[in-house]
Amino acid sequence: MASEPTLELENAIETFDLTKQYKDLTAVDHINVKIKQGEIFGLLGPNGAGKTTAISMLCTILKPTEGTAIVNGYDLLKEPHNVRKSIGIVFQEPSVDDILTGRENLRLHAMWYGVPREMRVKRIDEVLKLVGLESRQHSLVKTYSGGMRRRLELARGLLHLPKVLFLDEPTLGLDPQTREHIWEYIEDMSKERHMTIVMTTHYMEEADKLCDRIAIIDEGKIVVMDSPGNLKETVGGDIVCLKMETVDAERFRKISSVSKVEVQEGYIALTVKNAGQNLKEILDVAGKIENVEIRSASLNDVFLNYTGKEIRAETGEGGIFERAMRERTSR
Amino acid sequence: MSQAEAIYALWLREFKVFTRERSRVVTSIINPILWIFVFGGGLGSSVSIQGVNYQVFIYPGILAMSILFTSVFYGVYIVWDRKIDILKEVLVAPLSRTSIFVGKVLGGCTDSIFQAFIMLFISFAVGVHLSLSAFLLALLILFLLAMSLVSTGLIIGSLMESPEGFNMIVSFLVFPLFFFSGALFPLENLPLWLSIIAYIDPVTYGVDALRTVVLGVSRFPFYVDLTILILFAVAMFTVGTKAFERMK
Repeated sequence: MASEPTLELENAIETFDLTKQYKDLTAVDHINVKIKQGEIFGLLGPNGAGKTTAISMLCTILKPTEGTAIVNGYDLLKEPHNVRKSIGIVFQEPSVDDILTGRENLRLHAMWYGVPREMRVKRIDEVLKLVGLESRQHSLVKTYSGGMRRRLELARGLLHLPKVLFLDEPTLGLDPQTREHIWEYIEDMSKERHMTIVMTTHYMEEADKLCDRIAIIDEGKIVVMDSPGNLKETVGGDIVCLKMETVDAERFRKISSVSKVEVQEGYIALTVKNAGQNLKEILDVAGKIENVEIRSASLNDVFLNYTGKEIRAETGEGGIFERAMRERTSR
Repeated sequence: MSQAEAIYALWLREFKVFTRERSRVVTSIINPILWIFVFGGGLGSSVSIQGVNYQVFIYPGILAMSILFTSVFYGVYIVWDRKIDILKEVLVAPLSRTSIFVGKVLGGCTDSIFQAFIMLFISFAVGVHLSLSAFLLALLILFLLAMSLVSTGLIIGSLMESPEGFNMIVSFLVFPLFFFSGALFPLENLPLWLSIIAYIDPVTYGVDALRTVVLGVSRFPFYVDLTILILFAVAMFTVGTKAFERMK
């Protein structure tokens, strides 16, 4: 083998100016990251930010147009076969085979990934149990619900004990309960198996809850990269939203605890230090208001802070009140 | 070793799908049966060629036709696999593209050979009596034909993005291959233009070889037919592995 053994590597993944250029679009623009062994690393960004393209290059599905990466000690371009052997992938679009049963899907996967024959049955039983699909293992996948497919896909990704697991939007479109389950599996894998996990998501809560570190990605570039806690601190306080008819931003800018004022249609969003203590002053200045909402900074505010855009671009009317409502209900 | 097992797994997947989608088998049998019994039977009641009843005469041609259609159209499944995203799992697995191609070809040949079996059993109903050696030899010829034509279908499938596009391209290919192969008429006394195209059509040699084995009449010596069939299979197989290498 050309590369040194992967046992003592500090970084599971290291990218070097990883770039994917399409005709008039740079989907991924000179990305440099180091992802440590055993880390849960999140790529966070709106749809079309380049998350899936980045992950596809790391999985050897797409060839970079510039730069490269080392995955588990193997160069993407020089040893794609070894990279593939050492990684597991859970796709955004389910890729399990409808016409086969859950167990058959796993069995074929084990054969493709060279899981030794004597370990196969045991490993398949293990992963089926892990994702709670034992009772349905002999049913055709076309009879599975969306959540069950995703779980089977996850089981398949884990089957050959990969060193790095890639998850592309692992909980997209799933109900809250299934989502919680999948989060648990991901955390278990990271803790018990010391598996490195790289995931993309545009769910703030997901990134916040799971990831040790997050790279916020926008238009193919990494905007900022840090732990969720540190990132949220950069916002500089809590968010206070006031719903009112006539908005006069200037009045709020004079309050010392307010660091940022943002006027939206029908409401005003303030970034406030210690909102609990300073709320009275704000309300006095505001005068007549219809509604008030206080919450601590979220990763979405971080994203807004760095890019000036809402991350939930696809929901169009991402008003802060609507979002606050959504976040409450999804908790 | 591990690649052999991976190829087996690829074949196994194709085989399971085949056994679960019985409609594939039924539809692929119906057309040849119509040709033999309606077209062949209808025309055969008043026509015979080279002293052979027309229905019997076209039987080897229809054998080749049934393999031709099933084999080339098998390529559409790879377009579907890609469209519904299940091909991705195979493409990112640590498998060589050659292994993937071999697995798919074997899967397609299995479909075709199963059909060939059924078609060969129909020979009794047509009034053709096959010895065991003729039966096995016919099977070998049909296998060679299937291998080249499955490869052809997969090559086209690897290039196409939509099943509709695939069907259109393949219809333009399959019907000429069938009509010019002499499946429905003898190759003697043809106008020059027709005989030139017939000689270019590789399926012609499959039909001719089958006629040798089944009816004992032929245009070319058997070894010529067989050599051309083998060369055709090797060529399409080689191009196919290259096409899969480049497939996204």
